[in-house]
Amino acid sequence: MYKATVIVKRRKDILDPQGKAAEQGAKLLGFNNVSDTKIGKYIEFFVHSNDLTVVEKEIKEYAGKLLSNPIIEDFEFKYEKVDET
Amino acid sequence: MKPKFGIVVFPGSNCDHDSFYALNKNLGYETVFLWHKDSGLQNSDVIILPGGFSYGDYLRTGSIARFSPIMNSVIDFAKKGGIIIGICNGFQILLEAGLLPGVMLKNNSLKFICKNVYIKVVNKNTVFTSDIPKDVLELPIAHAEGNYFADEDTIKQLEDNDQIVFQYSSSDGKISGKWNPNGSKLNIAGIVNKKGNILGMMPHPERNCDPLLGNTDGTFIFNSLVSNLITI
Repeated sequence: MYKATVIVKRRKDILDPQGKAAEQGAKLLGFNNVSDTKIGKYIEFFVHSNDLTVVEKEIKEYAGKLLSNPIIEDFEFKYEKVDET
Repeated sequence: MKPKFGIVVFPGSNCDHDSFYALNKNLGYETVFLWHKDSGLQNSDVIILPGGFSYGDYLRTGSIARFSPIMNSVIDFAKKGGIIIGICNGFQILLEAGLLPGVMLKNNSLKFICKNVYIKVVNKNTVFTSDIPKDVLELPIAHAEGNYFADEDTIKQLEDNDQIVFQYSSSDGKISGKWNPNGSKLNIAGIVNKKGNILGMMPHPERNCDPLLGNTDGTFIFNSLVSNLITI
């Protein structure tokens, strides 16, 4: 079994109003060195297979079809082998 | 024969009954509810994807509803030229399903906006708009993600193919950033697909159909559609 981690990020040139708002807050708190705040999503799940081709395929398809929208988002993923409990 | 309307009910839809009331009680059309886990469309001639917060708006608005079992039938229906109207969350679902181009971002104010707006009918060559007797409609919006976005090529295609149907405007039809409530590209409030059988719009026509409420601008869209379907 593998544990997968997917990070969904807003694509570079797409407006991120949440990141912008958080950064306004950062400035109010005095974090003057902070810039380009972007807010994305962190998702983790298990894939119940030991076949790496299956594992990669499932993660990519799940992330590409549902967890992210390719018009505005990119995703990165990683996975690690874990013991079945 | 008058067309039959089918309203899809997702978990979290909350304008399904408003739509039923408007179409059936106010306008007198045969209307049925279609549960999202079913796959049959009960011989509906028009499918309505209503507003609401399907699946709690989790992940992205409309992103999970798009995979409800009934959506396969709705997509087949769309491909055969079937008429579909997605209102608010329904519009977001149509975008996620790829039946209309683009995506919704959070309103640029980050606020949920609930108020009446004016929209200009900029394309009257569609079944949804050809019989609308006015150039500007007053309809309510109620959304946090209505900031329509698409890349430049897609926007150009929308313009070239006359797919932009409604744009946020002043009461006398001026279109500018001043009248844009949410930051949407080109003040877009509603678009159709290239073929013209699928309409997505953020404002709620179903909320302005009862004369008791003092504004019946929403009826023009449904009645235009019905008169076109009857002549077809």
